[in-house]
Amino acid sequence: MQEVQGEKTGKTKKERTPMPEQPAEERRKNFNEVTLGYTKEDALAEASRCLACKDPKCVEGCPVNVDIPGFIQLICEENFEGAIEKIKATNALPAICGRVCPQETQCEARCVLGKKSQPVAIGRLERFCADYELVKGVEAPEVMPPTGQKVAVVGSGPAGLTAAADLAKLGHKVTIFESLHRAGGVLSYGIPEFRLPKEIVRQEVEYIKKLGVDVKPNYIIGRIKTLDELCDDFDAVFLGTGAGLPNFMRIEGENLNGVYSANEFLTRVNLMKAYDPEYDTTVRHGKHVVVVGGGNVAMDAARSALRLGADEVSIVYRRGEDEMPARREEVEHAKEEGITFRLLTNPIRIHGDEKFNITGVECIKMELGEPDKSGRRSPVPVEGSGFLIPADVVIIAIGTSPNPIIFKGSEGLEQNRRGTVVADEETGATSKCGVFAGGDVVTGAATVISAMGAGKKAAKAIDAFLKEK
Amino acid sequence: MAYRILEKEEIAPSVHRMVIDAPDVAKAAKAGQFIILRIDERGERVPLTIADFEEEKGTVTVIFQEMGKTTKQLAKLSAGDSLEDLVGPLGTPADIRKLGTVILVGGGVGVAPIYPQAKAYTGAGNRVISIIGARNKDLLILEDDMEKASSELYIATDDGSKGHHGFVTDIMKRILDSGEKVARVVIIGPPIMMKVGAGVASPYDVEILVSLNSIMVDGTGMCGGCRVTVGGETKFTCVDGPEFDARKVDFVQLMNRLAMYRGEEAKAVEKYEEECRCGLH
Ligand SMILES: Cc1cc2nc3c(=O)[nH]c(=O)nc-3n(C[C@H](O)[C@H](O)[C@H](O)COP(=O)(O)OP(=O)(O)OC[C@H]3O[C@@H](n4cnc5c(N)ncnc54)[C@H](O)[C@@H]3O)c2cc1C
Ligand SMILES: Cc1cc2nc3c(=O)[nH]c(=O)nc-3n(C[C@H](O)[C@H](O)[C@H](O)COP(=O)(O)OP(=O)(O)OC[C@H]3O[C@@H](n4cnc5c(N)ncnc54)[C@H](O)[C@@H]3O)c2cc1C
Ligand code: SF4
Ligand code: SF4
Ligand code: FES
Repeated sequence: MQEVQGEKTGKTKKERTPMPEQPAEERRKNFNEVTLGYTKEDALAEASRCLACKDPKCVEGCPVNVDIPGFIQLICEENFEGAIEKIKATNALPAICGRVCPQETQCEARCVLGKKSQPVAIGRLERFCADYELVKGVEAPEVMPPTGQKVAVVGSGPAGLTAAADLAKLGHKVTIFESLHRAGGVLSYGIPEFRLPKEIVRQEVEYIKKLGVDVKPNYIIGRIKTLDELCDDFDAVFLGTGAGLPNFMRIEGENLNGVYSANEFLTRVNLMKAYDPEYDTTVRHGKHVVVVGGGNVAMDAARSALRLGADEVSIVYRRGEDEMPARREEVEHAKEEGITFRLLTNPIRIHGDEKFNITGVECIKMELGEPDKSGRRSPVPVEGSGFLIPADVVIIAIGTSPNPIIFKGSEGLEQNRRGTVVADEETGATSKCGVFAGGDVVTGAATVISAMGAGKKAAKAIDAFLKEK
Repeated sequence: MAYRILEKEEIAPSVHRMVIDAPDVAKAAKAGQFIILRIDERGERVPLTIADFEEEKGTVTVIFQEMGKTTKQLAKLSAGDSLEDLVGPLGTPADIRKLGTVILVGGGVGVAPIYPQAKAYTGAGNRVISIIGARNKDLLILEDDMEKASSELYIATDDGSKGHHGFVTDIMKRILDSGEKVARVVIIGPPIMMKVGAGVASPYDVEILVSLNSIMVDGTGMCGGCRVTVGGETKFTCVDGPEFDARKVDFVQLMNRLAMYRGEEAKAVEKYEEECRCGLH
C-alpha cells in the first residue's frame, strides 16, 4: 500500500483501503451484492487512518451524528462489539446506512483527511461493524419499563423503523402499519438486492421486532382504518409513508406495453423477485432498455434490467453528468457494467407497433442554458435534433411524490402544494394534534439517512408529547 | 400472518367461491372494492373483487375463475388452508345512492362483483333490475342470491340453455328502449363485454359505469401498472377506480394492456400443469 506523508501532523497516512467487489463482467449477470465488504485486516488498516479529531467534522456531516471517531477507535482496539454498540446508540440501521448512505456528501465529505488526500471510508467501516454483528447474531437490547402509552407508526421505511425503534426503547408500545406484504419501504421494494441484500433488511426488521414492536403488514391506513381512527386508538401517531407515487412524463406512447414506472419495475424485480425463476412474478425482460432519469432510482433500474439479460441499456438524462443526482459510486458502477449514458437527451415520444408493444423512444438533444432556481443549469431543447433509440422496454425514473391514500379520513392534516405533509423540521409535529411526520412524506424523495434522522427527532418529540399528555 | 380459508366451493365449472377469515378487511369493506391476495412467498399478487363480506363473522368472500397459474393454484386450496397475504379493501367504493332505477349487468364471473352492488343499491332504496349471463347455464353463478338482491332478474346465455338466447346487452337494450326511466347502468364482465355494453347504452340518456380489471401489483397507487386512459387522461385503476364512466374509457388500450404478459402466462400454466402431473403439487 502506498504511503503518503501527512503534512501537518507528520503522521503516516495510508491511502484509503479499497473495497473488495465482484468484477463488473461477472456481476452484470447476477443479483448478488456488488461490494463484498471489508475483511478484518481491511477494517483495521482503514480504521488506523482516522486521526481521532478532537472536534470531529465528520460527525457534523452525519444526519444522525454517529460518534464516528469513537467507533473507529474501538475498531482499532479490535473491540468490534463495542464499536457496533456505539454506532447503534444513534443509528438503528447501520448495515443499511453503511451500504447506501451518500457518504461522499455527508460524513466523508467533512472528514479532514479529505482536504489533503482521501477521507476515511466511514461508511465501509460502519458496514463492517454491522455485518460483524449480523453474523454473530443480534441481541435484544434493553428497553425501558413500559410506559403504558401506545404509538402507531404508519409506514415501515427507514423513517418509520427508526421512530419505532427509539419509541420502543423508551418503553412505549409501538405498532407499525405497512401497506405492502413486507416491511422495509424502499429498502425492500426499491433498492435492489445487488446493492442492499434483502436478508439484511429482514434482519434489521427482526431487530426492531425484538424491541417489542408489533409489525402489521397488509394494513393500509386510509383504507382499513383512517388516520382519524388511529388517533382515537393510539396516544400518538408517526407518519412515515414515504413518497411512493410515481411521476410520468405525459408524453405520447407512455401507456404502451413495456413502459414501466421505476417503482413498478423495481417492485416486480426486488420485492417480488422476478429474476428468480422459482417466483411467479412476471416482468418484461427487454433486449433494448431505455431508462429515463439520472438519480439512484434510474441507476438501480438500469442495472437491474442489465442483470435480467438486456443486450443494451441506456440511461437517458436531460442534463449533463455533473447534474446527475445519483451517488457517484452508483454511476461509476453502472458505467463499469456497460450501461450507456445518453446525456443532454430528452424523450418526447414512445413509438409502438400494432400490438401495442414498444419499438423505440424518440428523443431530442438538449443544451444547458441559464442556472435555474435550484442552481442547476436548466436544459433547453435543440431544434431539429430528434432521433430514435430502438427499445422494447422503457423505465421512467423521473421522481415520485407522496401517496395521497393516507389523507383519506384525516381531518386537519395540512399538506403543501407538492402533496407533502407540512411538519416542523425539529420535531416532526404536524398541524394535527398528536400526529408527527418525517422522511420522504415531508421532504419529498430524499435519502435513507435523512428519513432516519427525521424518525429520530420525531421519536424524541413524541416522547416529550406523551410525557406532557 | 396468515389468512385462513373457512369455506371453499366450486360453484360452476372452474369457478370457485372462497370465504376467508380477514376481520379487519371485512369491517372496512364496501361494495365495489377488492382485495389483493398472495398464496405463498413465491406467489403473485392477484386482485379479486370482494363478492361478499360479513362484519360480524369477520369474513370476506371472493369468487374467482381459473385463468392462469395463480387462480388454478388457488382453486386447489380447501377450507382449513391459509393464504400468506391478503390486503384490502382496495379501490374507491362504488358510488351508491338512491337514484331510482338502476340496471346491473354482469357477465361470466363478472356476476360476482355485481352481487354486492345489487345488495347495496337495493339497500339504498333503488329499484334494481339485474341482468346476468354466461356462455351456458352450467356457467351461470349466483342466480339465487341475485334473485333475492334484485327487484327483477333477467338471465341470458350464449347458447340459449337458460333464459334469453343471446347476450345480456340485448336485454339491457330492450329495457332502455321500453322507455322506462333508468338512472344508471353498471356493467361488469370481460372487457369486450363492457366495451360492447357501453356502446349499446351510449345513445341513451343514462349514466354508464364499468368496473375495470387492469393488471395490478400493489393496488395502492404506487406502481402505475394499472394505468388506463379515461377521458384522455391517465388514471390508476386501483385508486381512481375501479369504476369509471364507460363512455370515457379507452377499452382498446385496456385490452391491449391486459394481454401484456400473455406469453409468460401461458408458459407458467404449462409448467404448473406439468408439475401437477408429476405430483409436485
Ligand atoms: C430505487 C431507489 C434507490 C434509492 N437509493 C438510495 C441510496 O442509495 N441512498 C439513499 O440514501 N437513499 C436512496 N433512496 C431514497 C431512500 O430510499 C428514501 O429516501 C427513503 O427510503 C425514505 O424513507 P421513508 O421511511 O420516508 O419512506 P419509504 O422508504 O418510502 O417507506 C414508506 C413506507 O410506507 C408505506 N405506506 C405508504 N402509505 C401507507 C399507508 N397509507 N398505510 C400504510 N403504509 C403505507 C409504504 O408502503 C412504504 O413501505 C432510493 C430510493 C429509491 C426508490
Ligand atoms: C379490481 C379487479 C378485480 C377483479 N376481480 C375478479 C373477480 O372477482 N373474480 C375473478 O375471477 N377475477 C377477477 N379479476 C381478475 C383476476 O385478478 C385475474 O384473473 C387473475 O389475476 C389472473 O391470475 P392468474 O395467474 O390465474 O392468470 P394469468 O395467467 O396470470 O393471467 C390471466 C389473465 O388475467 C389478467 N391478469 C394477470 N395478472 C393480473 C394481475 N396481477 N392483476 C389483474 N389482472 C391480471 C390478465 O388479463 C391475464 O391475461 C379482477 C381483477 C381486478 C384488477
Ligand atoms: S449513518 Fe451515514 S452519514 Fe452517518 S456516519 Fe454512517 S454512513 Fe455516514
Ligand atoms: S474527521 Fe476524519 S479523521 Fe477526523 S475523526 Fe472524523 S473520520 Fe476521523
Ligand atoms: S396497482 Fe399499482 S398503482 Fe394501481
